[in-house]
Amino acid sequence: MKTVMLTIEKKVTLTIDGKKVTVPEGTTVLEAAKTAGIHIPTLCYLEDINKVGACRICTVEVNNRLQAACILPAEEGMVVKTNTSRVRQLRKHILALILANHDSNCPTCIRNNNCELQTLANELNLREEIFEREYARHVDDMSPSVVRDDSKCINCGRCVSICNEVQTVGVLGFVHRSDRTKVAPVYDKSLAELSCINCGQCIVNCPVGALREKDNTDLVWEALADKSKYVIVQTAPAVRAALGEEFGLPIGTGVTGKMVAALRRLGFDKVFDTNFAADVTIMEEGTELLGRIQSGGVLPLITSCSPGWIKFCEHKYPELIPNLSSCKSPQNMMGALLKSHYAKMNGLDPKDIFVVSVMPCTAKKFEVQREELEVDGIRDVDVSITTRELAQMIKEARIDFLRLEDEHFDEYYGESTGAAVIFGATGGVMEAAIRTVADILTGQEIEEVNYEFVRGMEGVKEARIKINEDITLNVAVVHGGANITALLDKVKNGETDYHFIEVMACPGGCVNGGGQPIVPDKIKMEINVPVERAKALYRADSAVKRRKSHQNPMVKKLYEDFLGEPNSELAHKLLHTTYVNRQ
Amino acid sequence: MSKELELLTDQVCAGYGYDPVNLLPILQEIQQRSEGNYISEEAARIIARKLNITESRVYDVVTYFSALSAVPRGDVIVQICNSTTCSICDNRELVTWFEDELGVKVGETTPDNKFTLIYTHCIGACDIAPAVRINHDVYGGLTREKVRELVASYRAKEAVK
Amino acid sequence: MKQVHEVHFITELFGKYDGSSLQSYLEAGGFKPLQQLLAGGSEKILKEIDESGLQGRGGAAYPTGRKLRQFLSEKAPRKFVVCNADEGEPGTFKDRELLRRNIYQVIEGMIITAVCTQAGEGIIYVREEYTNIHDHIEQAIESCYQHNYLGKNILGSGFSFELRLFSGAGSYVCGEGFAMCESMEGKSGRPRTKPPYVKQAGFLNLPTLVINTETLSAIVSIIRHGAHEFRKYGTAESPGTKLISVSGKVERPGVYEIPFGLTINEIVNGLAGGMKNGKKGNFVQIGGASGGILPARLWDTKYTYEDFSRAGMSVGSGAIVVADTETKLLDYLKVVQDFFNHESCGKCTPCREGNRQLRIIFDKIAAGTATAEDFYRMEIVLDVMGSTSLCGSGKTEVVPFNTAIKYFPEEFAVFAEFEKRAVI
Ligand SMILES: Cc1cc2nc3c(=O)[nH]c(=O)nc-3n(C[C@H](O)[C@H](O)[C@H](O)COP(=O)(O)O)c2cc1C
Ligand code: SF4
Ligand code: SF4
Ligand code: SF4
Ligand code: SF4
Repeated sequence: MKTVMLTIEKKVTLTIDGKKVTVPEGTTVLEAAKTAGIHIPTLCYLEDINKVGACRICTVEVNNRLQAACILPAEEGMVVKTNTSRVRQLRKHILALILANHDSNCPTCIRNNNCELQTLANELNLREEIFEREYARHVDDMSPSVVRDDSKCINCGRCVSICNEVQTVGVLGFVHRSDRTKVAPVYDKSLAELSCINCGQCIVNCPVGALREKDNTDLVWEALADKSKYVIVQTAPAVRAALGEEFGLPIGTGVTGKMVAALRRLGFDKVFDTNFAADVTIMEEGTELLGRIQSGGVLPLITSCSPGWIKFCEHKYPELIPNLSSCKSPQNMMGALLKSHYAKMNGLDPKDIFVVSVMPCTAKKFEVQREELEVDGIRDVDVSITTRELAQMIKEARIDFLRLEDEHFDEYYGESTGAAVIFGATGGVMEAAIRTVADILTGQEIEEVNYEFVRGMEGVKEARIKINEDITLNVAVVHGGANITALLDKVKNGETDYHFIEVMACPGGCVNGGGQPIVPDKIKMEINVPVERAKALYRADSAVKRRKSHQNPMVKKLYEDFLGEPNSELAHKLLHTTYVNRQ
Repeated sequence: MSKELELLTDQVCAGYGYDPVNLLPILQEIQQRSEGNYISEEAARIIARKLNITESRVYDVVTYFSALSAVPRGDVIVQICNSTTCSICDNRELVTWFEDELGVKVGETTPDNKFTLIYTHCIGACDIAPAVRINHDVYGGLTREKVRELVASYRAKEAVK
Repeated sequence: MKQVHEVHFITELFGKYDGSSLQSYLEAGGFKPLQQLLAGGSEKILKEIDESGLQGRGGAAYPTGRKLRQFLSEKAPRKFVVCNADEGEPGTFKDRELLRRNIYQVIEGMIITAVCTQAGEGIIYVREEYTNIHDHIEQAIESCYQHNYLGKNILGSGFSFELRLFSGAGSYVCGEGFAMCESMEGKSGRPRTKPPYVKQAGFLNLPTLVINTETLSAIVSIIRHGAHEFRKYGTAESPGTKLISVSGKVERPGVYEIPFGLTINEIVNGLAGGMKNGKKGNFVQIGGASGGILPARLWDTKYTYEDFSRAGMSVGSGAIVVADTETKLLDYLKVVQDFFNHESCGKCTPCREGNRQLRIIFDKIAAGTATAEDFYRMEIVLDVMGSTSLCGSGKTEVVPFNTAIKYFPEEFAVFAEFEKRAVI
């Protein structure tokens, strides 16, 4: 007999500003207030990630005592007042204390108009600087990806939790104590000198302008103005799913057409789609996988398109380097092809071609500088900018983004399939690979293309895919440093039997990359941002006819005309790379 | 250098079962046995690896606690109490005696890297204020003459080492 | 003034035995209370502690009996009793004497507490500044193990208790329960938020009882002599005796055990031999750096929880720092502020940034450039810090400043003076 356990969720009822609210036990006063339509202000709080009760801006009166709402569990019969004059006064004064340790020069700050501190000062009606300012002046801009400005840091600790607990990299931490307390990289080094994986997750979770990407827009403007340069831009799949946010469109709005139009307006000679190279990646990586399976090569094969993950692996799991796919990321495959095949096709000198990539990612800035990725001394990609930097350029060029008519990518390298566009979400590379590999293994055109089990935001997704009677593919999809660490420890110890693992450094995959538009925590509490952005990609996938990489006619042509076949000698020279043990 | 450090670190960590819960005693012991009486960046990196914790946690702990240091110091730490009782009992004279005797100002290390002179907060010796702590030992009721003898005796001990 | 004497209830065995010998502790009557417990059961002991009215001596003055019963009701496979010997409040050195001169009684107190609350593991958390007595403590623990007062199946009772010493690494805030747990777990001493409480999820997230060295010692003496003996001392609301650390400008600084209810005058001019060199008294600070400032004119205030509470302060750590008129109040407060600015863990805004602002203000006072506006700023800082700080450190740091403003308003008139001068 089976006994069925009935768990009844206990509820508690409390009074918030005179209103009775019933919530499940364990709910915080902050969350309970939200259900009553009250936004208690927060700064250090980051849902599920940083619940430390440190900034104290969420102070409320509970049974006539002052308490921090973000960490206080709601209790039966509690009487909470969030809007008394005492509470308002204290919040203002706490905010004033924070501002005194902050270089408030909003107009020139990267986060002007998208800053949680600025917004709060405004909303809480703080109109004077009560205290004397005193703050550190130290900017670390040596990293190719992340710039840290101490003068703006409010010691909220969000980046510390992100870097240590979510990403398990651990190069940022609190140091010292008292008024010398600060958040700093290990031994006050530059992030460039440490095992920072350049993921930029710290940036997108910082409430203020203390963290930002290294701004490379000047290099792009320069190239665009240079008549001797043939400037090509490529855009990653996740960019189109988020760029619109920078112009006020709802989260999850796809803006491919407007984005292409804007890029043409900016003056790029050609506007291509990194998706093309994503399709090529599937051809190369799929072939590599089949080769390893059939010839008893090193398994599991692990994807290599997330440069944050690559650096993570090089620092923390050098013993797994042989498992990494030798494929370059789509960004770099694209660059290498543009400077070889495309150059030849159009009679251009590769040295005159300037490739700009627009990426949802800050780690790509590091990736483009890697020596291992050069072909005959020529860099694949010249500059990599983030979604945010592109938005910035569009704004600077005074282009009215919302009024742009949709346009299409340029021919050949603008061609792609549905398999490529989902690369931007966790599970996407895996799904794209399965679509192609299954066809090759069975020699059939399998109709079902939606592999739902690799989609979604679960930290580790596993599946055994029965391709036919003889072949079962064991795969796993993992994203975010902590999940990666948990899974790879098992892989390292030989506790798994996977053939293929997709790894992305950022939680949620590229849609939630460190180069994407920054969403204030207040909104993140309401909307699951990566989920909404991923939806835009899956919509784009199901809207097209060709949904498998090997069906891309231009990719076929590329192999026929130029590369020969996947993993050919030329393909290896251009599209594959090596890695470095950084331990 | 690196090999020695690796060895020392491993020895100490092994003594504590490689359990990061023991980070404080591990750091205190490694510091005491390290040249420069501090936890170097290299040591921090090795410790983090051995205990499977992040380097930032090690650096946080080293900078947080007064008894740990992330920068090199003298082998002998002279700490003059600067808290309530000792300030009432006028520790300024004591400071000048030590400064004169060691030839450095508070906050500095002697050129031979033997002595570091610093202020400290209450060391629980208020009954003999103004008090000074030299490494593990606490002294009060000092005179200029006694300070001279004290420093000389620590110098002699250091010379033997 | 009537003749005042110290009493020897908790310190009864001071000097009565060779502090480093278990044998001589036994000869002096040591471990009889433990035998009593093992023979008579813990309920009797808990009742005795309830009846004694003993309040925690670590500063918060929470009734010890109630605290032990609450901890008893926490059920978990591992539970910890931690002796708080961090003694970080400036001007306090009474736990040092308990550790040095009567360590076996502290250990006995831990065993009794552990048996009564069904905790199997214990830690004596000693401040790093006391490294010179660490060996002494470890030897005592060692001989207790050798004679089966510690370890498995203590004296055949079926109860096991493992005890060890943990050395702090130099941090005042680690005297706070959660900060202490963090540091014992190998992390920086930044307090966690409550709830849950230390007693529910402390060290390694397991139930942990953090209890002061003196409280533990008092428990043993109370069992030895009975609650009624303890209650013969003190007042109705502050029963018993208290160890105080007297220092500063007095003839005989030191640790004294007093019955609650003596006046500050009796302590300073009686027990401690009067003001040093016959100078005039100015103020005392009661209970450590986070304690209140009491002017000489109020030195007939009685040393009790209730009288201090009325005066806007508390017994705190039991420290009494005595200043004569050569010490300027604002100079002294700068030293106090300096202490906190050095020790604040820096986690929460009110305390971290509040201390930064206080430092700026006190620097300006010292430089003679403070204005009335700085006084206004100081009052805001004290208000925010005292009411919204995360832990007791920031919350109580404001006491010396608030009491100083209350009792010495004229000293703060200088702010206005400075401003006038600035105008000229
Ligand atoms: C910042 C801070 C420092 C403290 N330092 C000490 C200390 O050094 N010794 C101590 O016994 N209690 C200290 N306490 C109080 C402890 O948190 C705790 O209340 C006490 O040890 C409980 O023991 P009791 O019940 O015997 O008083 C401190 C509290 C705070 C907030
Ligand atoms: S971080 Fe925010 S408040 Fe600070 S300067 Fe930038 S925009 Fe202004
Ligand atoms: S970029 Fe990523 S790894 Fe680097 S500091 Fe930020 S969160 Fe940590
Ligand atoms: S850098 Fe940003 S996220 Fe990190 S502590 Fe400072 S303000 Fe917070
Ligand atoms: S009140 Fe002070 S010591 Fe306590 S948590 Fe806040 S900053 Fe740290």
